[in-house]
Amino acid sequence: MSSTFETVAGIISETADIPREQITPESHAIEDLGIDSLAFLDIAFAIDKAFGIKLPLEQWTQEVNEGKAPAEEYFVLKNLVARIDALVAAKQA
Amino acid sequence: MRLEYFEMIDQVVSLDRDAKRIEATSAVPQESPVFEGHFPGHPLVPGVLLTETMAQASGYLVLGLMGFTHMPFLMAVDKARFRSFVGPGTVLTIQARLEHEGSGYAVTKAKILAEGKPICDAELRFRIMPFPEGMDGQMRAQAKRIGLIREAADA
Repeated sequence: MSSTFETVAGIISETADIPREQITPESHAIEDLGIDSLAFLDIAFAIDKAFGIKLPLEQWTQEVNEGKAPAEEYFVLKNLVARIDALVAAKQA
Repeated sequence: MRLEYFEMIDQVVSLDRDAKRIEATSAVPQESPVFEGHFPGHPLVPGVLLTETMAQASGYLVLGLMGFTHMPFLMAVDKARFRSFVGPGTVLTIQARLEHEGSGYAVTKAKILAEGKPICDAELRFRIMPFPEGMDGQMRAQAKRIGLIREAADA
């Protein structure tokens, strides 16, 4: 798996105190890993710092709440990692 | 500073938009019911109230920088250190700097000094939310009382 996933999995493991081996690309951050909104903001801060980006959490939340996107789009880790990679690429472009 | 009313900031001294910093002052009262219990005969400002003081300075910083569009609510306190005792009558200088503005949250580093000596410091995180109904006006009135609105307009 990508180095982005490894970094994100490490952040989640450390921040939310979840054994690293439980975290896979298919894990849903909320449903599978039980991460609550406060812990997710801790994770978002660590991701923002690690990658020098700003995860658009408010936009994502709004899209999920309005039914424009399923939560899996953002909270399944392989999808989250893809979005992080896209944000990093956009920043470097 | 009125401890029992959680009015922890007396005056905003400066708000620097470019540096994303705020400095405020506050004088610990000579007497307060808080001191009757903390501790009998040995009055000290509790660490939780010093933390609240740093949080309020940080909150006013976020309010000022965001133009009172959203309300910051304290959600995490990290790396808090209490380095010196604070007794009645102490004049405090409170400084806070915005470390990171995330989506829906903000992170500050804050510290308190007395006569240039470090009292405490912490990293604070806030959830940034739309104002609950009616709170906007109250916060503006409070900000006006402590001089934040004037500083925000000048900055």
